[in-house]
Amino acid sequence: MNNLLVLPFLIPFAVGAILILFSKHIGLQRFLSGLTAMLMLGVAIYLLSVVRTEGVVVLEVGSWSAPFGIVLVADLFAAIMVLMSAIVGLLCLFFAFRTIAPEREKFYFYPFYFFLLTGVNGAFLTGDIFNLFVFFEVMLISSYVLIVMGGTNYQLRESLKYVVMNIFASILFIATMAFTYAVTGTLNMAQLAERVAELEQVGVLNVIAMFYFIVFGMKGALFPLYFWLPRSYYGPPAAVAALFGGLLTKVGIYAIIRTFTLIFPHNQEFTQPILIWVGAITIVIGGLGAVSNFDFKRILSYHIVSQVGYMVIGLGLYTSLAIAAAIYYIVHNIIVKTALFLYAGTAQRITGTTDLKQMGGLLKTHPLLGWMFFITGIAIAGIPPFSGFVSKLSLVVSSFETEQYAVGGIALAVGMLTLFSMIKIFMYVFWGEQKHTKAQGKTKVGDLLLPAIPLVILTTVLGVAAQPILSFFLEASNQLLDPSIYIDSVLKGGGA
Amino acid sequence: MKRQVRASNLMLHSITRVVTFILLAFSIYLFFAGHNSPGGGFIGGLMTASALLLMYLGFDMKRIKKALPFNFTTMIAVGLLVALFTGVSSMLFGYPFLTQFFDYYDLPVLGNTELSTALPFDLGIYLVVVAIALTIILAIAEDDS
Repeated sequence: MNNLLVLPFLIPFAVGAILILFSKHIGLQRFLSGLTAMLMLGVAIYLLSVVRTEGVVVLEVGSWSAPFGIVLVADLFAAIMVLMSAIVGLLCLFFAFRTIAPEREKFYFYPFYFFLLTGVNGAFLTGDIFNLFVFFEVMLISSYVLIVMGGTNYQLRESLKYVVMNIFASILFIATMAFTYAVTGTLNMAQLAERVAELEQVGVLNVIAMFYFIVFGMKGALFPLYFWLPRSYYGPPAAVAALFGGLLTKVGIYAIIRTFTLIFPHNQEFTQPILIWVGAITIVIGGLGAVSNFDFKRILSYHIVSQVGYMVIGLGLYTSLAIAAAIYYIVHNIIVKTALFLYAGTAQRITGTTDLKQMGGLLKTHPLLGWMFFITGIAIAGIPPFSGFVSKLSLVVSSFETEQYAVGGIALAVGMLTLFSMIKIFMYVFWGEQKHTKAQGKTKVGDLLLPAIPLVILTTVLGVAAQPILSFFLEASNQLLDPSIYIDSVLKGGGA
Repeated sequence: MKRQVRASNLMLHSITRVVTFILLAFSIYLFFAGHNSPGGGFIGGLMTASALLLMYLGFDMKRIKKALPFNFTTMIAVGLLVALFTGVSSMLFGYPFLTQFFDYYDLPVLGNTELSTALPFDLGIYLVVVAIALTIILAIAEDDS
């Protein structure tokens, strides 16, 4: 028993509720939320260190013992994800201080920001699949509010699709849980894993596994259910788009990895090709979308789709290195994607547009922005020494090791497309004739870039210190590949 | 509101006065019936919200706002915090989050009664449900004008 586990979602929840009371005091809201985000980062680091030294940490909420009550479980993978959400949450919040309009701030921006983090962290930590649904809903409902807030025409149109799409996914999710319960008689993930193993994952259990894949794939923007993402992430302000782009799809991917390593890993002949090929098609489609678009934010959104595919391929290959590569990819992508969206917001602040064809010559007036974008852009394209290189390399190596040459080839080829679209942004936005006015050229963006600097440092560190970090992720992936660690700590060791 | 004609509807007025009390009493019964038998904060809160809504329908909005001078948004926050604090309070004594405790006491009027920490938790839920239901419906109603 360790109450530490509730803190990552209890703190933002409590602070979100308190912030409702002070909705008209912007200064106080900013102060409180900034402090909270820093506290959450501290808690996340502490949680990771505890999990590292003590192994899987379990909390039986309300003293109801597993499998009857709800358990919270933190293994290394979950703790890493909580840490990532704390980092992104903190940096996007500081970006929001500078960019969010006061009308939005008065209209409960900060409470919903923290409720969103509540849902995200809860989804990472829960050990009960129904509870996972509940935290998904907390996250989604807050995201509906954040995405529609401001209420421009475009936002309303696109968020309607976003809402309809996600409600449909939620209905499917809850129906799938009903099937799961009917077949296995439990919703506790550890016990579910045990029972699925006993029933040998055939027939109806494969159907259920695929239903989960579809549900989480919708949230994670996998082919063919990605179409809502590029459009709906275009509408909201940069701070929100960065938070969504960095974090939200990864929650879906986290859930896929969790269910397919813990509960449904027993029928690899059936699941492996599906995971790998859905992932491969996703990266191709996302890459093509990024190449064909001429808008800063849209290109980035298509990249999210593309990169999500790599993570699913990593899971599909199902070797220790491949899953470590998938975790590496998630971490790398959260950092880099958030940074890129922050640059998009900054460039939009300067030029007033995100259309590549109406931008140009930013490198002359804002060199820092230009070079930070350059570093992050080549990091995402997978050029050494940055984090994208290591994650892509280990993924390609493990695809060759498992003799999935076609998939490895696709991953490499689409890497070229990613590089191409990043260079396209760089050429249009930063090179060429200056298309913004002189007054716009004098816009000071130093304080806007400040939140992105830690991200640039992180991507460099992740790339340069690849050896220790990869071995740490290998530790996490070995924990995922041996579900008995998770199951035993929930069902046997939890009551202590 | 456009339909203030209703404010002079005698039938509705008289019925509202009686039915509101029945609804409120029933909602309190439901609230206390909670957590061991059907009832609890959620359903009690909905019932209370429906009673208040009936008052809004029967009389005009200004008058009810004077009679019930609550800020419902604040009420949501307070409700959330009450529920949350109940969960946290068990942590302060070293038990897992949301652990509940109960015991039986001899209270003056009620006799032997079960008092449990689930009650303040339910109270929080009750406040949130009442406040959210009214916030949503009033927002739609005010939009009309």
